[in-house]
Amino acid sequence: MVSHAEERLPEKSKGQQLTGDSLARFAQKNASQLGIIGVFIILWLFYFFAAPETFRSSDIYAAFMLSVPFFGIVALPLTMLIIAGEIDLSFPSIMAIGTITFIEVFDITGNVWLSFFACLLAGFGVGALNGLIVVKIGIPSLIATIGTQFFWRGMVLVVREGRSAVLVEPKNSALGDLLVGKINNFWPAQVIWFLFIAIVVWFLLNRHVFGAHVYLIGDNENSARLMGINVGRTKIILFGIVGVTAAFAGLLSSLQVANFFSTLGEGHLMTTLASVFLGGTSVFGGVGSVLGTFIASFIIGSINGGIVAVGLTGFYTQLIYGLIITASVAMHTILRKRLG
Amino acid sequence: MSDYRLELRNVSKSFGEVQSLRNVNFQVGQNEVVGLLGDNGAGKSTLIKIITGYHRPDSGELFFNGEKVENLTVPKARALGVETVYQERALAEQQSLWRNIFIGRELRTRLGFLDVKKMREETNRLMLESMGFTSAAVSPDSIIGTFSGGEKQGVAIVRALYFEAELIILDEPTMGLALKETHKLLDFVRQIKKAGKSAIFIDHNVFHVYEVADRVVVLDRGSVAGEFMTKDITLNDLMHKMYLVAQTGSLEEPVEEMIGDEAE
Ligand SMILES: Nc1ncnc2c1ncn2[C@@H]1O[C@H](COP(=O)(O)OP(=O)(O)OP(=O)(O)O)[C@@H](O)[C@H]1O
Ligand SMILES: [Mg+2]
Repeated sequence: MVSHAEERLPEKSKGQQLTGDSLARFAQKNASQLGIIGVFIILWLFYFFAAPETFRSSDIYAAFMLSVPFFGIVALPLTMLIIAGEIDLSFPSIMAIGTITFIEVFDITGNVWLSFFACLLAGFGVGALNGLIVVKIGIPSLIATIGTQFFWRGMVLVVREGRSAVLVEPKNSALGDLLVGKINNFWPAQVIWFLFIAIVVWFLLNRHVFGAHVYLIGDNENSARLMGINVGRTKIILFGIVGVTAAFAGLLSSLQVANFFSTLGEGHLMTTLASVFLGGTSVFGGVGSVLGTFIASFIIGSINGGIVAVGLTGFYTQLIYGLIITASVAMHTILRKRLG
Repeated sequence: MSDYRLELRNVSKSFGEVQSLRNVNFQVGQNEVVGLLGDNGAGKSTLIKIITGYHRPDSGELFFNGEKVENLTVPKARALGVETVYQERALAEQQSLWRNIFIGRELRTRLGFLDVKKMREETNRLMLESMGFTSAAVSPDSIIGTFSGGEKQGVAIVRALYFEAELIILDEPTMGLALKETHKLLDFVRQIKKAGKSAIFIDHNVFHVYEVADRVVVLDRGSVAGEFMTKDITLNDLMHKMYLVAQTGSLEEPVEEMIGDEAE
């Protein structure tokens, strides 16, 4: 069985030596993550040799760092939720709900910080509401969030009457700089946010009691209940965290283009889910890693640009997506069976 | 201090149509090992899950050390000194050994961060001292899904004993254990008694129950059919009574007859 994202250094207390044995054990315990890192390296080598010009220049990396966080950020808390045995398909709509909240509050107050706070709060609230529906009524989250996904998208369309909005003023504010500015004229702020959120989620999942409960609930919910874990509360908070992060990512993506479209987020559903599963998280719960998701979202994010760069037409994109996703998920499953 | 460490008064519990417990009165003394016997489906596990705070009774009262406890939850029961080996083991099979030992009771530092190092060390100590895992292949980071049935049961037992409970509940703990491990377990129960603590011991093997219990309570279809002090009853008599309950639902002999030929 493949274990989760803990970088377990071979225990120094027992075997002081880094023997082949402990190396083998390390490899076995982290097989899923090493596997996805392997896929990443192979893919990069392929790009590099197929289009050395493009991949020797920093432009392409800057482009990846710009675009990957928009869906990768949501994939991080979604990894926790899926480890806990639940799923949320409504996050694309929450991305839009967050931004329209921002827009409405900004129209009234003219204060970007207040609007930002309202955006996050709305995301958390809508997310936690998903959790309440799942936990208190007992609808499976797959179905419940199909419903709420339509509902909140519908809310966006009704409130905005389908209108888009221009966000030039917030983009040029200090908030805009903080969220989507460029550091040293090169590093997009959103990739720093992506990294930061990845680290926070990693700690939450692997070093905090909250994350311990997430793994246990996903592994065996009944055991978790018998041992006194508050399953309902943990799940509601998880849905809330996915919601707040979705609202945040939605705002990043709107500020980046200084525009809001009522379709915001719709293109991210599959890429985000693919990042989670490509990263080795089990759809059955109990197993998964933040590092895997982080790397997988760069793999997913590189395919579009990579394909064009190596000289294939855009028609190949979906084909290659399908190939890489299916092959990687098969790899995880085989590794899990072999080691289990 | 009260006479009883734990007392249940008139406790009833239904699941839909099924009435699992009907007006049950049940006590555990301050230093007493109580054996709980009864057929499959008699309500033994339901009874202990009410004590552990997992099930809420439909009616009736619970007292710990003479004090009435309302809205008992699992964490509350654990805080009151109840540790349990559940019949279904309550393990998380895709997780490591150390995570399983500390489910719901993770050692933590300030702000709720896990003290992973300490938990690994404690698990390592328990492995060597109590679980008898000597194989080099097993470490605190081992995923327990690969363990044998008896080893998993060992994890559930050691976990219950680690936290130094006042009342230890063992629901069919010998399930899946070999002879030697079963003897070790029965010794554990005797040590609980010696240490001045209490236990509830459920086992379908009347020999095991008779060996370690001070008192035996017989459940039948959700009601207490009777109880005996083990010192006042021979094993043969107890076995015969159990047989009668299973046949007639009553501990009393319909007509006088010879007893004692079912033993051994
Ligand atoms: N969660 C539940 N939902 C519905 N019915 C239940 C539930 N738990 C127990 N029951 C029912 O309550 C009755 C008593 O079950 P319980 O598990 O307490 O029996 P038991 O004495 O422990 O039996 P065994 O010796 O087989 O473990 C059974 O008829 C069972 O089907
Ligand atoms: Mg039972």
